[in-house]
Amino acid sequence: MTPSSSARILRTLSRENAFYFFTSVGNYTGQRAMSLEEFANKIREVKIASLEFHLYRGDFEKWADEVLEDSELTEKISDLKNLEPVRSALRDQLYVIVSKRLEELKT
Amino acid sequence: MKLKNQAVSLDSLDWEILKAIQENSKQTYSEVGRQLGVAHSTVYDRIRKMEKNGVIKKWTIDIDLEKIGINYITARMTVYTDPKESENVAKKLSEAKEVLEVSMSLSEELLIIAKVLARDQDELHSFIAKKVAPLQGVLRIRTSIVTKKIKEERFLIEKK
Repeated sequence: MTPSSSARILRTLSRENAFYFFTSVGNYTGQRAMSLEEFANKIREVKIASLEFHLYRGDFEKWADEVLEDSELTEKISDLKNLEPVRSALRDQLYVIVSKRLEELKT
Repeated sequence: MKLKNQAVSLDSLDWEILKAIQENSKQTYSEVGRQLGVAHSTVYDRIRKMEKNGVIKKWTIDIDLEKIGINYITARMTVYTDPKESENVAKKLSEAKEVLEVSMSLSEELLIIAKVLARDQDELHSFIAKKVAPLQGVLRIRTSIVTKKIKEERFLIEKK
């Protein structure tokens, strides 16, 4: 991973590319993440229903792949989805994956 | 027909004509005239004036989309906004082809209520996530998908 590709993944995104947290179809919580770092923080704040909604729709993977362009993170989130975690286990495991990746990219 | 406090004042014949064409807009001027006991040219003149004054906004048809194989879902979307941005949010929503109606309401908070049409839940969610949530001033959104329509009519005017 080159410094420039790390910087690209860590960049602050435009409003259009931010991740918007919903709890179900069309129900936006008002929480959004405009960078990977902000995304990690929001994982601890948003309702678990929102994390479950997005993980099983594949929204996190899609955002990591298409917006952040981080194939490693995409793969790890995909692996997590296959484990079918729920409730607080989902929140904890997702947070670990994203915060670890954040650390890797920052160093 | 006179303008009074921006409202257009109609006489009883105008009201009768409106009622007749609202019930069946395919009627000819002659048919309406016959019903009301006036010449077709009178009906024509009155309708022209009401079009010019904006009383008659448009002539349209009501298509049953399901009958022609277009399946869709309707949703009522309530958008909670920052009051400073609400006009702009309402304007942007009005420009979207997926949005059929936009209205504003001030209860405890300023709300924008919109009727949204989409082919399925994925399309509905995608529209709201990509086009509505990112708008400046949107605080949160609540959406209800219509599962059963009990009644849907336009307001029918009564003779004054």
